[in-house]
Amino acid sequence: MQFEFEVTGGDFANAGTASSQVKKILKQLNVSVSDIKRIVVALYEAEVNIVAHAYSGVVTVEIETTQVRIILKDSGPGIPDIDLAMQQGYSTASPEVREMGFGAGMGLPNIKRNMDVLNISSEVGIGTTVEMIAFLNVA
Amino acid sequence: MRLKDIVEQLHLTVVAGKEGLEKEVSDGYTSDLLSDVMGNAESGMIWITLQTHKNVMAIASLKDLAAVLLVKGLQPEPAMAEQAEEEGIAILSTELSAFEISGKLYQILH
Repeated sequence: MQFEFEVTGGDFANAGTASSQVKKILKQLNVSVSDIKRIVVALYEAEVNIVAHAYSGVVTVEIETTQVRIILKDSGPGIPDIDLAMQQGYSTASPEVREMGFGAGMGLPNIKRNMDVLNISSEVGIGTTVEMIAFLNVA
Repeated sequence: MRLKDIVEQLHLTVVAGKEGLEKEVSDGYTSDLLSDVMGNAESGMIWITLQTHKNVMAIASLKDLAAVLLVKGLQPEPAMAEQAEEEGIAILSTELSAFEISGKLYQILH
């Protein structure tokens, strides 16, 4: 099963819409609560990253019986140093975004902690692609 | 403990999302950093914060939080209040600081 969502840079009013939709879908598919929780945390963080940093992006969610794979592809400034971006507490968010309580440098670490696979590729001036996979706890 | 009993005991004001008052409260979490709440809060918690924008409700809903409690008499932005009604998650308000109300909530929940 595959779903696609569009995310618009700067559109904080709708940040989390894709995450909310995916949460509903996973619930309907009877995915375990613990898996839903961790996927939702990771997806929300990745979705907000597009809103806070990129111009636009597409979220593709592939759901299989054993795993959920999510690809977030954005057009944006890109990440010059991914290792640095992965560090807890490092953020390039604007003062306005920080004032809202975002941009604490916790997003990528939150994603890493909650997903089983995380791959980030980025080209400065073009955009960033994030691939993340959760292997489902199938009873 | 039920949310409406906490509202009564701590003299909280219900600002929006009245429907959510029947929810069961497990604990509390005090933070103004959204990723901190996203990463560390648990379902059923009351989230104590000074953030008053709509994204707070998105997180409260995604994390299945019991309610959002605004400190120092802060009021939610209209979009946040609207979202609370849609989600059926209560926004509460107190005149007390985050420190004071966290202490009081801790006392009745622990």
